[in-house]
Amino acid sequence: MAYLLAALGGAVGALARWGVAEALPRPDGGWPWATLLVNLTGCLLMGVLLGALATRDPEPAWVQPFLAVGVLGGYTTYSAFAVEVIDLADAGAVAGALGYVLASVVGGVLAVAAGARVVRR
Amino acid sequence: MTPLLVAAGALAGAPLRLLAVRLAGRSDRDPSVATLAVNVAGAVVLGVLLGLRDVPAGVLALVGTGFCGTLTTFSSFGADVVRLSEARAVVRAAVYVAVTLVAGLAAAAAGYLLAR
Repeated sequence: MAYLLAALGGAVGALARWGVAEALPRPDGGWPWATLLVNLTGCLLMGVLLGALATRDPEPAWVQPFLAVGVLGGYTTYSAFAVEVIDLADAGAVAGALGYVLASVVGGVLAVAAGARVVRR
Repeated sequence: MTPLLVAAGALAGAPLRLLAVRLAGRSDRDPSVATLAVNVAGAVVLGVLLGLRDVPAGVLALVGTGFCGTLTTFSSFGADVVRLSEARAVVRAAVYVAVTLVAGLAAAAAGYLLAR
């Protein structure tokens, strides 16, 4: 059952990610706005979800597989981030690649923490 | 057609990631080990896919956006880092970030170069 929930949630998340990428197409060698946007907003929502779950004991069994692993896990992506960093560096935009890594990692971690903090209050 | 292919790839990618998380839990490992494994694996597959020439758009949607995109995750990575930091495992969190970046970016580059 958990695997089915993860699969369905993953499909929902992936479609949302695809929609964002369609709306914000990346020009060759350009800044990857779509991936950065899904990763930062997905991290923020993950923080909100984990913060909300922390106050619930026991937590509903469907929430982790469907929402955390499925929807938010599928909405965000690491593989596109990795190839975009390589692509930027390969195109000679080393500062851009470094900035993209920092914005994604520092921004993503802060977004999770901020999301959790907002709910816990 | 493209959204259907993206969803189909995701239907395989997300349960595979859940399986990795559960396998890590069963062997008493931190979930971050599973996140790291799927992220590096997805990065190498997407690297290969983008390195190959003349890959049909449908395959990119199914395997790239759908499967690799969903097998890998950034939100769980961020949540892992926050959880490890809050558990006062700050060194472990820093090592996790470093290994995720070095191994993941090397995997994407290696896949791309191998396929090209």
